[in-house]
Amino acid sequence: MSVMGATTLVQTELFQQLLDSDEGELSTVCYRPEGLDRLVQQTKFSKKELQVLYRGFKNECPSGVVNEETFKNIYSQFFPQGDSSMYAHFLFEAFDTHNNGSVSFEDFVISLSIILRGSITDKLNWAFNLYDLNKDGCITREEMTDIMHSIYDMMGKYTYPSMKDSAPMDHVDSFFQKMDKNNDGVVTIEEFLETCQKDENIMQSMHMFDNVI
Amino acid sequence: MATGVAAWLPFARAAAIGWMPVANCPMPVAPRDNSKRQDELIILNVSGRRFQTWRTTLDRYPDTLLGSSEKDFFYNEETKEYFFDRDPDAFRSILNFYRTGKLHYPRHECISAYDEELTFFGIIPEIIGDCCYEEYKDRKRENLERLQDDQEENKDMKMPNMNFRETMWRAFENPHTSTMALVFYYVTGFFIAISVITNVVETVPCGSTANQKDMPCGERYTVAFFCMDTACVMIFTVEYLMRLFAAPSRYRFMRSVMSIIDVVAILPYYIGLVMTNNEDVSGAFVTLRVFRVFRIFKFSRHSQGLRILGYTLKSCASELGFLLFSLTMAIIIFATVMFYAEKGSSSSKFTSIPASFWYTIVTMTTLGYGDMVPKTIAGKIFGSICSLSGVLVIALPVPVIVSNFSRIYHQNQRADKRRAQKKARLARIRIAKSGSANAFLQSKRNGLLNELLELTGTEEDEQKLTKSTSLLESQHHHLLHCLEKTTAHEFVDEQMYEQNCLETALQTYPSRSPSISSHDSSVGTCCGRRVKRNTPLPNASTPSAHPIPTHQGPLQELSAIHIQCGDPPSHSTSRSNLNLKTDDSGRINCKGGRITTAIISLPTPPALTPDGDGLHGPPQRRPSAGTNIVKVSAL
Repeated sequence: MSVMGATTLVQTELFQQLLDSDEGELSTVCYRPEGLDRLVQQTKFSKKELQVLYRGFKNECPSGVVNEETFKNIYSQFFPQGDSSMYAHFLFEAFDTHNNGSVSFEDFVISLSIILRGSITDKLNWAFNLYDLNKDGCITREEMTDIMHSIYDMMGKYTYPSMKDSAPMDHVDSFFQKMDKNNDGVVTIEEFLETCQKDENIMQSMHMFDNVI
Repeated sequence: MATGVAAWLPFARAAAIGWMPVANCPMPVAPRDNSKRQDELIILNVSGRRFQTWRTTLDRYPDTLLGSSEKDFFYNEETKEYFFDRDPDAFRSILNFYRTGKLHYPRHECISAYDEELTFFGIIPEIIGDCCYEEYKDRKRENLERLQDDQEENKDMKMPNMNFRETMWRAFENPHTSTMALVFYYVTGFFIAISVITNVVETVPCGSTANQKDMPCGERYTVAFFCMDTACVMIFTVEYLMRLFAAPSRYRFMRSVMSIIDVVAILPYYIGLVMTNNEDVSGAFVTLRVFRVFRIFKFSRHSQGLRILGYTLKSCASELGFLLFSLTMAIIIFATVMFYAEKGSSSSKFTSIPASFWYTIVTMTTLGYGDMVPKTIAGKIFGSICSLSGVLVIALPVPVIVSNFSRIYHQNQRADKRRAQKKARLARIRIAKSGSANAFLQSKRNGLLNELLELTGTEEDEQKLTKSTSLLESQHHHLLHCLEKTTAHEFVDEQMYEQNCLETALQTYPSRSPSISSHDSSVGTCCGRRVKRNTPLPNASTPSAHPIPTHQGPLQELSAIHIQCGDPPSHSTSRSNLNLKTDDSGRINCKGGRITTAIISLPTPPALTPDGDGLHGPPQRRPSAGTNIVKVSAL
C-alpha cells in the first residue's frame, strides 16, 4: 500500500511542477525573413518562385528556421530504405552559411539559388564547399571518405549487388585518381574545377536539376 | 515518401547536386514537368461555405477525390467553383489534412458521419494523426459493438436452419431462446440449490435417538441423503454430457473453467461409488466430499455478476498478490518481535514464531479473538504497535483496492488496447515505408517492361502498363535513380536481397571473370567494369541480338547457372540449356559439383543502352569471348 501511496504523491508533485512552468515564458524561436523584394535581388529567383518556396518552407517549419533535426527528418522521408542522416548533416552544414545551427529561409533560398540558377562555376564551388568539411580549401581523403560513406548509407542494406564494405573506399580511390592531378593526397578547388569542367558527364548532370523549381 | 513534405522535393532534388561530381556514370534523364501551370486558387463550395486553397495543396494527395481528376465531376461552370453537397464542418478537418498533412478527428463529430465523409473524399482513416487516433478507434469500436448488439438481437429471431446440435448449444448458452431452454435453466438451478442444501443439512445434528447421542442427519437418514445425492449427480452428469455433445469445439469446451467445475462437482460421487468401504481410503474419501461444495460454483452460469467478479479477480491478481506479499512481510516482522518479547514469560502461548503468526493476523485485522494475549510489558507494547499498524496496513488499502480495481481494470484494458494499436500502427508505418520503396522498384520494373513492349509488344500492351504516376512520384523516383547511378548499386527489396545473399554463399567458384569482353567499352552498361567485377558474366553467346524467349516473363528473376567447363560453350548449348533449365529454378544442379547457381535481377533499364541491341532485360552484360565461365540463364 505504501508504494501505491508513494506513486500518487509523486504524480501530484509532477503535476504541480507542470502547472508552475506554465507561468514561465515559453521560448520559441520565431523568425521572419527579410522582405520579398530584397530576396528577389539577392537571389536569382522570381517573385512567384520565392512565394512558392516560402509557402513550402513555412508549412514544414512554422517557426521560420530549420534546425538540424527537422532537416534530417525531412530529408529522410525521401530515402526510406537507407540512412540519410549523415548526408543530411553535411548538407545542413553547407546550407548553414552563418554557422549558427539553424537554417533560415534566406540561407535556404540563397543556397538554392546558387545550386539551381548559378553559373557552372558557382555550382561546382558549392559542391566543393559541401565536400570540404572543415572548409579549409582542400578535400582530404578522410573528408571524401566520410562523404562517400554518407552517400552509400543512403542506399541501405538491400541493394544489388550487395554492398561491400570496401565499395565507398574504392569509389574514393577512383575519385582521387581522377581529381588529384599532382598526387599530393588532397584535391584543391582548382584541381576540382579543372577536372569537372573537362568531364562531359559531370557537366551535363550539373544542369539536370535546373528546372526543379 | 510522405506527401506532407512534397513541397521539399525540389530541395531534395537540388541537394542531389552533391552527388554529381563523385558519380562516374551519366545520370538518368529527369522527368519533365509538362503541365507548367501557374499555381492558382481553387474555390471549394461545400454546402454554401466557401473554402479556398491552392491547387498544389490539393495535388499533394493524388489518390483522393480532391487531389485527382474526380473533382472535375463536381465543377460548376457558371460559378467556376467546385460544389460539394456535404457537411461543411467535417470538411474543415478534411481540408486541413491537405494543408498540414495530418488528419484530425474532431471529438464532437459522430463517428459514422465522419467515416462517411472520409470515404466520400477518398481518405483512408488509418492516416489519422497520433493525437486523435486512439479516440477515433475507441469510438469506432463502441459503434461496432452497438451495431453487433443490434445484430444479435435480430439474429435470435431468425436462424431457421440450424441443426439440432447448434440449437442445443444455443439453448444452453442463452436460456431465453426458447421455453425448453428456460425450463432446463431453472431445473438445473433448482437441483444445484438442492444439492448444496443437502450437503449443508447433512452435517446438522438431528434429534437424538434413545440410545445414541446426537447424530448428524447424514448418518441418520443415510439412504435418503444418498438418493438425493444420486439424483443430483445424475442430473449434473446428464447436463454435462449434453453440453459436451452440443459444444462446437469439444476440446475447447473441456478446457473451459465451467466444465472443469462441473467435472469436479460430480467426480467425488463416482469415486465414492468405486471405492469400497476400505478403512484406509475412507479418510481420503471424506475429504473428497469437500469438493462437493464446488457445486455452488455452478451458479456462475446462472449469475452474470459472479462471472464478472471472477474475471475481475483474475485481472487484478497481481495487485492482490503484491498486497498479500506486503502483509506477509508485516506479519512475519511482528510475529518475530512478539515471539522474542514473550519469550521470557512463563506459560506463554507464543511457543514459536509460526505460533505467533496467528496472534499477529488476528490483531492486525482487528479481530482480537483473545485466545493469545501477551503478558510481558514489552509484549503488550509491541502488541499495541501491532494492532495500530494493523489498522493502518489493513483498513486503509481496502477502499484503495476497490478503487484500484476499477482503475486498474480499465487501465489494463486501455494499455492492452494501446499496445495492440501500437503494433498495428507500426506495421502500418512499415508498410507505408516499404510501400514507397516498393513503388520505386515497381516503377523501375514497369519502366523496363515499357521499354520491352515498345520494341516487341503492341501499342495497347504498352498503354495498359503505363500507370499514371504523378509528376511528384516520377520526380522522386528519378532522384532515387540518380542515387543508384552515383553509387553504382541498385535498390532491391528484401526478398531479392536475401536470394542474392543465398546465391553468393552457394557459389563454389569465384565468379570473377578473368577477362573482360571487348564490348566493355559499350556505354550500354553503366559503370560496366565495376558491375562486371561483382556480377557473373552472361552467357558466352555471341553478342548478336537475340530476343528473349517469349515464355520468360520479363518480370521474373532469372537464375543463372555457372558451368565451369574447359571447352568454349557453343551458342546452341547455352540456348538449349536456356530452355532446359526452365523448371529447376530452385534446385542446384550439381553436375560434379562444378555448377553453381546465381540469380541476377533485372539490370539497369534499357534506356541506357543506346545501341539498338534487342537484348532487353536479362542478360545485358556483354559476353566475354574465351572465358571459362559460362552463364546460362534459366528460370
